[in-house]
Amino acid sequence: MGINGKNEYKSLLRFTTAGSVDDGKSTLIGRLLYDSKSIFEDQMDHIVESSKRLGKEEVDLSLLTDGLRAEREQGITIDVAYRYFATPERKFIIADTPGHIQYTRNMVTGASTADLAVILVDARKGVLEQTIRHTFIASLLDIRHIIFCINKMDMLAYAEDVFTRIKENLAILSSELKIEDIHFIPISAKYGDNVVHSSENMKWYQDKTFLKLIETIEIRKDKNSNGARFPVQAVIRPLSEIHHDYRGYAGRVAGGIFSKGDAITILPTMIRSKISGIDVMEKSLDKALNGDSVTITLEDQVDVSRGNLIVKENELPESGQEINMMICWFNEMPLKVGGKYIVRNYSNETACLIKSVGYKMNINTLEKETGNYEIGMNDIANITIRTAKPLFYDSYKKNNITGSLIIIDEGTNETVAAGMIE
Amino acid sequence: MKISDEHLKELEGEAIFVMREVAAQFEKKVILFSGGKDSIVLVHLAKKAFWPAKMPFSLLHIDTGHNFEETLRFRDDLSKELGVELIVRLVQDSIDQGKVREETGVNASRNKAQSITLLNAIEELRIDVAVGGGRRDEEKARAKERFFSHRNEFGQWDPKNQRPELWNIFNGHKNMGEHFRVFPISNWTELDVWQYILKEKIRLPELYYTHRRRIFERNGVFLAWAPFMQLKPTEKVFETDVRCRTIGDITCTGVTLSNADNLEDIISEIAATRVTERGGRYDDKRSEAAMEDRKKEGYF
Repeated sequence: MGINGKNEYKSLLRFTTAGSVDDGKSTLIGRLLYDSKSIFEDQMDHIVESSKRLGKEEVDLSLLTDGLRAEREQGITIDVAYRYFATPERKFIIADTPGHIQYTRNMVTGASTADLAVILVDARKGVLEQTIRHTFIASLLDIRHIIFCINKMDMLAYAEDVFTRIKENLAILSSELKIEDIHFIPISAKYGDNVVHSSENMKWYQDKTFLKLIETIEIRKDKNSNGARFPVQAVIRPLSEIHHDYRGYAGRVAGGIFSKGDAITILPTMIRSKISGIDVMEKSLDKALNGDSVTITLEDQVDVSRGNLIVKENELPESGQEINMMICWFNEMPLKVGGKYIVRNYSNETACLIKSVGYKMNINTLEKETGNYEIGMNDIANITIRTAKPLFYDSYKKNNITGSLIIIDEGTNETVAAGMIE
Repeated sequence: MKISDEHLKELEGEAIFVMREVAAQFEKKVILFSGGKDSIVLVHLAKKAFWPAKMPFSLLHIDTGHNFEETLRFRDDLSKELGVELIVRLVQDSIDQGKVREETGVNASRNKAQSITLLNAIEELRIDVAVGGGRRDEEKARAKERFFSHRNEFGQWDPKNQRPELWNIFNGHKNMGEHFRVFPISNWTELDVWQYILKEKIRLPELYYTHRRRIFERNGVFLAWAPFMQLKPTEKVFETDVRCRTIGDITCTGVTLSNADNLEDIISEIAATRVTERGGRYDDKRSEAAMEDRKKEGYF
């Protein structure tokens, strides 16, 4: 018997929703859960009651994810809500993100861990600034699969030409952004057309429904496969009687595969050694794969501490103190060129100085603007930082763990930017 | 049929990663331990994260005094077995010291009062991080929570202004007097927790398996009877086979009519259920935003 009764374990797909305000993101998620029978009775009772209390004529499925009081009052999404559901094919983690430009940082939070982005477009409005911004952010975060849902088709008599026109515009946008895998579905989240069930109103659309597509879409799992990386989180030294001489390095594999016997190099010290063991509690493994949290032991007694990076001997990352990256700025206080911040790249933290701004992205035209170095909240820009000590990293495109970082304001402790190393 | 455990491995990898980040970024670290399955899984993950070294956490139990006896025995045994310090703070003490006013009436619960006892413990013991077993699938306000959730000097959560949390890079920077709540199993569902318990052969209190118990019905929820429970005139106590789907304060934890006496049966039961885990939790039924309001005040 499988472990959950009838079924064996399933693969996990993480996706995020994006799009402009009122495009129906939360309604789509509500509809998806409702029609796939993933809403529990007590949850349904609850939203029926809330809909009534808020004076709505019909049951508002968006109330399922808009969980904060302020969100329900205003009918908007302020912060990411995570939802979970499973079908016989797959398990899903959904990050339902806000559409307001003001809350872009929450959208980026939700999107940063996603394999797939679902971008909603209001069929009446077509491609809006937020559509472009979110598509751009998805490509910046290296999300390689995008499903565009052209929503509210019911309000335009389910007309095929509306869908085709928007699809053409989005296809141009996607090719400019070099997004590899794109899909288009005409839907009505409110009435459920093409969400779980094929639409009776749009017989001209013969392709997969939204649910069918997310159940079957093949996710490229080759991310971070190039170059074995192991950021050290903690040194394990039990000093107990039985394990007196045990010295292990705890971390989560951030790329590639490590095997027992592999020759490795430790950065920044450049010390070399060999892997003598890979432990997960009493279990000793031959191999540790991308995403596994393990403890590695080495053949030699060497100096390794938190923030160090263990790599395979012949797969060295890049290193330096001057680092160029794309950033998304999150804070009300604008970026200060010449200002000092803390930068955090995997388990490694150091001081940095903002050296220069290369350009700022104009989201409407997707042009790189130079000469304007005012980087404010929600802006996307290319900058160069200088760090107090060398960092050991990869480009974000090569490895999204060793290639990503956050910038922290020393004074307020806030995370002020996300950086993707170029 | 070969069982692949891809999703559990991914969730475990994530949770252990978070545990280790907590250990590295904070000074005085506790795991909030209730004796329920989620906190038992947390303790298992912490053990796994630091093996063969001892986990760098103490267990903190905020005790409402309204417990299932077995939970307390289980708690004491587990902390002894792991050699980890167990800290217990009593809601009764907060009441006696006049910090909390005890609710009265038939629906009286000490659930809300726990927040005050917890915040006092955090201040008294200078705790700067409390690791909890909260999961985003439990409740709509929980669905909004970050892994690393900042609390100001008053212990409050500001859900409208949470720090961005990118990838798995966690920012635990804070000022004196502030603290963090961290939720390593944020992304786990109830079913994931049970499957993991089966896979890892984690021992649980017997209350989770079917047993005879005296219960009564209130507003469609079956509650376990205890001497300190006040019954309404229409409520009748009877004995039947039940099990706990969640374990918490006895006054607000519902029990389920069930014959499931092993993990496989429990998993089948949960896979087929049409009511959420917290559907039987009386504390969430008090108002529309009951959980959000409690969390803002410093609840788990």
